[in-house]
Amino acid sequence: MSATALLVNALAFGCLLLSLFKDRGRTADALKAAGRFLSRLGPAVGMVILLIGGILGFLPEGTISGIIGSDGGFGSTLVVALFGAMIYMPALVAFPLAGSLLAEGASVTAIAAFITTLTMVGMVTLPVEIRILGRKLALLRNGLSFVVALIIALLMGRILS
Amino acid sequence: MTRSKSIRSWLLLAAFAGGLVLLSFLLPTQGKRATDITWTYFLDMVQILPAVLVLMGLFGVWISKDAVVRYLGTGSGLRGMGLALLMGTLPTGPLYVAFPMADMFLRKGASVRNVVAFLSAWACIKIPQELVELRFLGPQFMALRLGLTVVFVALMGWTIEAAIHWTEGRRAG
Repeated sequence: MSATALLVNALAFGCLLLSLFKDRGRTADALKAAGRFLSRLGPAVGMVILLIGGILGFLPEGTISGIIGSDGGFGSTLVVALFGAMIYMPALVAFPLAGSLLAEGASVTAIAAFITTLTMVGMVTLPVEIRILGRKLALLRNGLSFVVALIIALLMGRILS
Repeated sequence: MTRSKSIRSWLLLAAFAGGLVLLSFLLPTQGKRATDITWTYFLDMVQILPAVLVLMGLFGVWISKDAVVRYLGTGSGLRGMGLALLMGTLPTGPLYVAFPMADMFLRKGASVRNVVAFLSAWACIKIPQELVELRFLGPQFMALRLGLTVVFVALMGWTIEAAIHWTEGRRAG
């Protein structure tokens, strides 16, 4: 088991014990909620694991680095960022996918752009956001988030590679 | 999620898996590699996902929306911004839960910049999710992205607030 996995499990176990000590009913509710998360996220998690296996196993080596590698330039980063803004994918499953693409030679810039737009910009939730918070605030937040995501990605690419 | 939708996504998963198995028979060498990689990632997930989900469940039970509402809107300046960011990182639901909360904060008189910071933090810096990022993308990537996100989300809050005040001032004048 990796150090991170150990840390996460220790943390969860500690919090669970503390919660159990304080209130058994609430702890049971929390575990039920965790079970609901699992049944909701399960298919997405399975899909991503298979997708990673499929991409890394069947695509010829160099395909990923060819498309979104460091030679792709700003254009490919922009495409990846737009993709991240448009689709909806739980961040929990996006991280392993992003990690596998990074290992296959995708650039840090492209991966950071994808994760940041995926989480910060929500085309799918934009109509709800407009309805509740108003057109001005929602459009400003999503538009600026997209620009900010690109800046963060470019800075990360500069610093980490 | 409705029951039929959930069944549909499991079926989709099964179909995708079936397709990959078929492909593995046609291309055994690549199939072997794909299976090994899938297995490795599966083990990684099994080791970390239950703990992350338990943490999410515990957060949901112990940190209520009411508590978040009570704390946001207090404090001003950097302290207020920091508090807004911190409240946003507590995982108490998906982003669309945060929109009505943000609306309520604005009505209660919280500043636009803090509400924007709260929403953005809610969207992209959830504590259990960061643990998954740490596992699959490494400490450097995770820490750098976290740090840059906090800085830029704060800047974005100020920018949006200035923009909104500017347009409202123009309309009034």
